[in-house]
Amino acid sequence: MKKVFSIYRYNPDVDAKPYMKDYTLELEDGSDIMVLDALILLKEQDPTLSFRRSCREGVCGSDGVNMNGKNGLACITPLSHLQGEKIVLRPLPGLPVIRDLIIDMSQFYTQYEKIKPYLINDGKEQPAREHLQSIEERDKLDGLYECILCACCSTACPSFWWNPDKFIGPSGLLHAYRFLIDSRDTATDERLSELDDAFSVFRCHGIMNCVSVCPKGLNPTKAIGHIKSMLLNRAV
Amino acid sequence: MVNNAATLGRSGVHDFIIIRVAGINLALYAIFLLGFFLTNDVNYLSWKSLFSNLGMQVFTIITLLSLLAHVWIGMWQVLTDYVKPVGLRFILQLALNAAAFSYVIAGLVILWRV
Ligand code: SF4
Ligand code: SF4
Ligand code: FES
Repeated sequence: MKKVFSIYRYNPDVDAKPYMKDYTLELEDGSDIMVLDALILLKEQDPTLSFRRSCREGVCGSDGVNMNGKNGLACITPLSHLQGEKIVLRPLPGLPVIRDLIIDMSQFYTQYEKIKPYLINDGKEQPAREHLQSIEERDKLDGLYECILCACCSTACPSFWWNPDKFIGPSGLLHAYRFLIDSRDTATDERLSELDDAFSVFRCHGIMNCVSVCPKGLNPTKAIGHIKSMLLNRAV
Repeated sequence: MVNNAATLGRSGVHDFIIIRVAGINLALYAIFLLGFFLTNDVNYLSWKSLFSNLGMQVFTIITLLSLLAHVWIGMWQVLTDYVKPVGLRFILQLALNAAAFSYVIAGLVILWRV
């Protein structure tokens, strides 16, 4: 069984501009492997091919790539899920390319930093031992804490493409909501004030690209909706 | 917090509320007019009597102001997405706001004369 790949190549030190290069992989008939495994095999053919990866099982978030036009993690996407004669692999869209499939995620992390991704507690009501949560309080964090910061969602979001310096993006906002509803966090109001401008949250127009690509099955649009409601409740 | 002075509202939430309330009002006005056309024999007299009604005049003025607000915020959002050169964006925004503003003025003048 032959599989043909068309892969985005760009080495700014050598190439004047990016180009697509074709590769062929000979696979055992009826076998199915993950896109990441295919990339590793292709790297044996061509050691200059560059991509990020670490855990190779969908927990570290380092191998987000655009496969046949859809963002996802290469390590948990089987080749059989990708239709077409050629499998087209490109870096995640919208952020600067460092080399081949490797993008510069600084803007993504800057947005993540902005939402202060850590518990803030003013210490006014110190518990005797530790901050306990009820089962219900803890349940509110489900669907939020699982985000692995792979950036598949934010780089699929048109609002983030156009304003990556001002719009927090789906991933950052998912985390923002995770801390907004944490019963142990006392900075809810300050956090909301930080978000209440025309860009940070409100650039989300509910297109839901983020939801359709998240490899962890999370729903940033829903979290963003909750943030908008919190902002509205505070305003009226 | 991203600071911005070029949009209409004071904050993101303020913009959000204005654009939606204005949008709802525009929709109501459009539905009302459609209903009027469907249920009435529209001629000069019925049209004139509709617009001589004080309630209708107020509704129309509010709708024109809604249009201004909706254009102002909505087009500012679209332009800040797609038009990156600041000078060009400023000119486009100015032209669009001026157009919407002239609709309001024109509407006021017309209603005055009914
Ligand atoms: S729902 Fe919002 S955050 Fe998600 S892709 Fe659409 S605009 Fe972006
Ligand atoms: S929300 Fe999903 S797609 Fe977005 S960064 Fe987190 S895990 Fe990745
Ligand atoms: S290599 Fe870690 S998520 Fe794919």
